[in-house]
Amino acid sequence: MIKTESLKFSYDGRKYFDFPDINLDTGENLLIIGNSGIGKTTLLHLLAGILKPKSGSINVSGIEISKFSDTELDKFRGDNIGIVFQRPHFIYSLTINENLKLAQYLSPSKTSGDAEKILESLNINDKYQQKPNQLSEGEKQRVSIALALINSPNLILADEPTSSLDDFNCDNVIKLLKKQAKDHKAQLIVITHDARLKKHFKNNLNL
Amino acid sequence: MNIFKLSIKNLFYRPLSSLLSLLLLALGVSMISLLVLINSVVQDQMNNNLKGIDMVVGAKGSPLQLILSSVYHVDSPTGNISLKEARSIEKNPMVGNSVPLLYGDNYEGFRIVGTNEKFIELYNLSIENGSFWDDEFEVVVGKKIATKLNLKVGDTFVTSHGLRQTGESHADTPFTVVGITNFSNSVADQLILTSAESVWGVHGDHTHDDEEHDHDEEHDHDDDKEITAMLIKFNSPMNVIQFPRYINENTNLQSAVPSYEISRLFKLFGFGIETINLLAYLIIVVSGISIFITLFNSMKERKYDMALIRTLGGSRLQLSSMLVYEAIVLTISGFILGIILSRLGLVFISSLMESSFNYSLNSYGIFNDEFWLLAISILIGLMACLIPSIQVYKMDISKTLSNE
Repeated sequence: MIKTESLKFSYDGRKYFDFPDINLDTGENLLIIGNSGIGKTTLLHLLAGILKPKSGSINVSGIEISKFSDTELDKFRGDNIGIVFQRPHFIYSLTINENLKLAQYLSPSKTSGDAEKILESLNINDKYQQKPNQLSEGEKQRVSIALALINSPNLILADEPTSSLDDFNCDNVIKLLKKQAKDHKAQLIVITHDARLKKHFKNNLNL
Repeated sequence: MNIFKLSIKNLFYRPLSSLLSLLLLALGVSMISLLVLINSVVQDQMNNNLKGIDMVVGAKGSPLQLILSSVYHVDSPTGNISLKEARSIEKNPMVGNSVPLLYGDNYEGFRIVGTNEKFIELYNLSIENGSFWDDEFEVVVGKKIATKLNLKVGDTFVTSHGLRQTGESHADTPFTVVGITNFSNSVADQLILTSAESVWGVHGDHTHDDEEHDHDEEHDHDDDKEITAMLIKFNSPMNVIQFPRYINENTNLQSAVPSYEISRLFKLFGFGIETINLLAYLIIVVSGISIFITLFNSMKERKYDMALIRTLGGSRLQLSSMLVYEAIVLTISGFILGIILSRLGLVFISSLMESSFNYSLNSYGIFNDEFWLLAISILIGLMACLIPSIQVYKMDISKTLSNE
């Protein structure tokens, strides 16, 4: 369950972002769609606890996070939220396996998923011992999904996961994300300007 | 996987810049530690050999040379003095103990010193095997020589004239080893000791028909006998102020005070040592700067890595400690490498000294100064990672992630 109410944010204190309320029941996914510069990434960062709102409330799985301290937010994020970035990020000095192990270490209170199983379900279990640099772009994106899933999050946030993909791969990635979210009993929120994704989601929110 | 392991992996991910910082620190540390080692070992050895010697009397020349030759047995002697003059000094009431030294020959580059039982007392020597000499051409061999030349009691050898192996040999007067001393950790370990009479005997010019005369009779022949130097211990430490001057001004002899000459020698060295020391500290500071630059540059390369760590639940503190670990691991391993290098350097210098002076340095323990050096290294590491780790602590991950 994800719920926001009269969420407001400002970077400089002059220009305010006003976000529409979100009310998402457990098991439901959401597509947030809007043009560039409208505050999509800001909203994603607010939901992920990377940014703190100026006012309003954010409630993820019954936890009110808008008043959390930085340390509480770090812990909350590690335990409850998986983020799939537009461009995949890794710890480049570590192998894929070690990247996943580090993610587990950073969120110790959470019983994490089986790294091997997750890689298997993403069809990249043969890349276990490789460094991120050795992967193709498609493999990188799947590993970054594995990183988002490893700590069994309640909420998966995906930031423009398909914007650089052709139609065929776009379909594949969004289906993969939805399937993984379902398998891990997590809710999926995709933030994008990519109108092709509309058909995949029952719940759409236009910014 | 944890933050510390991550730091190690990060260091190996940038092997060249890690290696540069490591080598710079190791170089600085090894230079300082080598200086400390050599300084303390040399001073230890020098002071150990000075025990019980207040003054040295010998022929006119350089006082430092007199000390180096007759106390440390490294330089050539200044010349010989007549036994008669030496005896007259010995009789002075200010003189407590005196040890005559007589050079002439060497065996395989090791000096043969003609002396008497007072030398044995002075260096507190004891016999490991055999006995002390009691007849002419009997020698007691220092432990180090016995080991090196594989000499045993009962062996005989022929000496060469002078202090170098190339001198003409005295084939008609072979020496017999009657004893081998225990380790004394003094110059005596690298000397071959015998009676003064033996040295006079080898050189033939003072041999008499009645060689077996008693002590009183020997006095009659003192006029034409010579010794090389005499080590003197005063009855009262106060005498060291007047007596040497009295000898230098009123006799043909030269007197030198070892402690004074050695401190003069160290002062001469001191300037060079200070300069190298300063240079070494400079290298350590440069290594600190190198660590700083490495971390600072890597922060730009790694900003997404670090933002990822935060989004995965890592705290600001964990991120900062990652950089601190990297700097500290570099400095501590640089320090350890430096200490190892300095010990290797000591082995090298020791073998160098052994071949040219028959002196060796053997002290491989950790010195107090080196704990200071460790503290300084860690401090440099902490200073190098201070700014990067503060910046990482304050990093705005939202901004970093939006700039992709």
